[in-house]
Amino acid sequence: MDYQLIWVLLIAVAVFAYVTLDGFDLGIGILFPFIKNPVKRGRMMNTVAPIWDGNETWLVLGGGGLYAAFPKAYSLLMTAFYIPVFVMLLALVFRGVAFEFRFKSKNHQKHWDIAFSAGSIIASAMQGAMLGGFIEGIAVENGRFVGGAFDWLSPFSFFCATAVVVGYALLGTGWLIMKMEGDFQGNLRRLAKPAVIWMAANLAVVSLMTTYVNPAYAERWFNMPNMAMMAPIPLITAGLLFWLWRAVSHREKTVFGITLGIFFLCYLGFGITLYPNIVPPMITFRDATAPENSLAFMLVGAVILLPVIFAYTAYAYWVFRGKVSDEGYH
Amino acid sequence: MLDAEILARIQFAFTVSFHIIFPSFTIGLASFLFVLEAMWLRTRDDTYLTLYKFWLKIFALAFGMGVVSGIVMSYQFGTNWGPFSEFTGGVIGPLMAYEVLSAFFLEAGFLGIMLFGLNRVGPKLHFLATTMVAVGTLFSAFWILSANSWMQTPDGYVIENGRAVVTSWIDAIFNPSFPYRLVHMVLAAYLTTAFVVGAVGALHLLRDRENRAARIMFSMAMWMAAIVAPIQIMAGDMHGLNTLEHQPAKVAAMEGHFETREGAPLILFGLPDMKAEETRYAVEIPKLGSMILTHDWDGKITGLNDFAPEDRPNATIVFWTFRIMVGVGVLMALLGIASLIARFRHKLYDCKHLHRFALIMGPSGFVAILAGWFTTEVGRQPWVVYGLMRTSEAGSPVTATAIAGSLIAFVVVYSIVFGVGTAYILRAMNHDPRNAHVPTGEFLRAGGRQLAAHNNPQAGE
Repeated sequence: MDYQLIWVLLIAVAVFAYVTLDGFDLGIGILFPFIKNPVKRGRMMNTVAPIWDGNETWLVLGGGGLYAAFPKAYSLLMTAFYIPVFVMLLALVFRGVAFEFRFKSKNHQKHWDIAFSAGSIIASAMQGAMLGGFIEGIAVENGRFVGGAFDWLSPFSFFCATAVVVGYALLGTGWLIMKMEGDFQGNLRRLAKPAVIWMAANLAVVSLMTTYVNPAYAERWFNMPNMAMMAPIPLITAGLLFWLWRAVSHREKTVFGITLGIFFLCYLGFGITLYPNIVPPMITFRDATAPENSLAFMLVGAVILLPVIFAYTAYAYWVFRGKVSDEGYH
Repeated sequence: MLDAEILARIQFAFTVSFHIIFPSFTIGLASFLFVLEAMWLRTRDDTYLTLYKFWLKIFALAFGMGVVSGIVMSYQFGTNWGPFSEFTGGVIGPLMAYEVLSAFFLEAGFLGIMLFGLNRVGPKLHFLATTMVAVGTLFSAFWILSANSWMQTPDGYVIENGRAVVTSWIDAIFNPSFPYRLVHMVLAAYLTTAFVVGAVGALHLLRDRENRAARIMFSMAMWMAAIVAPIQIMAGDMHGLNTLEHQPAKVAAMEGHFETREGAPLILFGLPDMKAEETRYAVEIPKLGSMILTHDWDGKITGLNDFAPEDRPNATIVFWTFRIMVGVGVLMALLGIASLIARFRHKLYDCKHLHRFALIMGPSGFVAILAGWFTTEVGRQPWVVYGLMRTSEAGSPVTATAIAGSLIAFVVVYSIVFGVGTAYILRAMNHDPRNAHVPTGEFLRAGGRQLAAHNNPQAGE
């Protein structure tokens, strides 16, 4: 069995699960500056209070899985992204405790709202900036990181950061449209319209810039027959964006679903661009792998436990299904 | 100027010390909540539900802080300890992956139902959620202590191409110090929680000795103190003997022994001086050191001088952290005995001195746990993986400036966030537990609608 390939795919799934699941609850924090009413803010937070912790566990699995399955990649990437990783983690600290702290003190509620919102925005922006730095590549010589502390900061990573922030905000909006009713749902729909346009423009910029960042990426996408085979990815994405723009004004569950679809296609495109590198531009996942028996040992646990995790996570979402305003929170 | 290595070590010590406070509290608290809810379901006595709700609010705060400080830990191996990660990734990585898969998801998946779901799923499924969260905390302790123990007493591996490769997972997971460390730490977590619960019970008894909720929690906590504290002292002794077998330099540092001797004394107090290679101002009891460690009055105890200077842990720190831990443990056992005497005289709820003693002992578990971890971790130095990799070889190629910057950021953020969080926890403890009450019949009849706000610990405050 090709354990290395299985594990690189499993980690890719864990990262995607993280991006979409924590994406919508980070998105709720990103929306806070646009929703001033403290009662509405409380209701927004309550839609994710029972599940955000599980969502963020995928981040631990992504990091822990990378450490376990591809320790060399983990070591190099964490060293290269030293600053954005720590800024992201500290932002997540503020954001995470705000779930509890916000409701403990009326006097300081505003402060914790700022902590929640700023924490969500900064954490998302750092994830985007790291994505940009990752695509641009990491300076490695003889298996050691030799770049600078700010290599990840560039115009390209800036656009990646804004794309992730607006993308998460859209996921959050889609989630809230499902969970809210009436006037508040209308507010959310009006917020979503410009966000869709921003998202479309931002994705176009990032996609085009990607092909300039590294000639190999352009070659992968523009060579025949690749171009013909992979053309559906950008084309369907464009179609979904158009559908999303129309759906935000009247659909309930579709908005969240379409946004997930856009995230999936972008993620797929990202994977195709970089495969098989795990530390671009040179180190492949096979170079960075852990011993075969470690991968095999972990796979036993993953095969048994992942379906169980999916089952009880789905159960938790099912328990807290439905409109939140129906349930008498506040 | 501090170099990158020492800064990275300070940063790890700082973040992990802050982190361990929360899990060691929530491991015990989750089991306590499990017992409270089980008692409620069995007896249908509303006081147990009241206590459950009272402690659930505190649990939610502590758990949240444990989660966010824990995510930091899972990334810090890579940021500051890259070469360590590459060397140990194949061994410790899978153990931590099992922790995430078997423990973190379980806790997170059922935490929402535990906190917000009583009215939605009903008491039986809610009890299942509480059980899963409690089991999850114990699974988590199992895996992370296995990983830490492997760094202390590595086993079941070979070195290939400059990295550790496992040959036997059973030997690697159940490495020689693991069973002792696991028992010692889980008991420590239970004791820590028991002393916090006891102190909160004592506080409310001092205000009103008729407070039934306070009586129940105080009584439960004092049973724990009376039974578990002595067991913990025995478990600690066995753990110490295991350390003597596998890490004799650590024990020599803990005891302040520099010269190898037969019939070595027990040094009660003193100031180990690493440069002079002696423990100054030593107050000692002849031959007792050999008796405790070898169970023979004339047993031979290896001193630090038998190890090369570059292989010695810092005895000045370890000697004292060990004594703090043992001293707190003895005080815990004394409180347990005092509570037994009061109980048999039917004065458990009336003796103000006992309540004041219990109140002061509230944070004792945290002190003992931190002192104990400092002993075992500083005592492992200069190795990060005992005998295999030195701490000086384990650091990432990051500049001292970057590490100092992130260290300052951690100190500032943790002080604010966890300072405020601790203040909220203390405030919640200060509330009269009787006010956490929701009548059972009422919420069962309500079918989950009107009273959802009460069940949501965040709503209505």
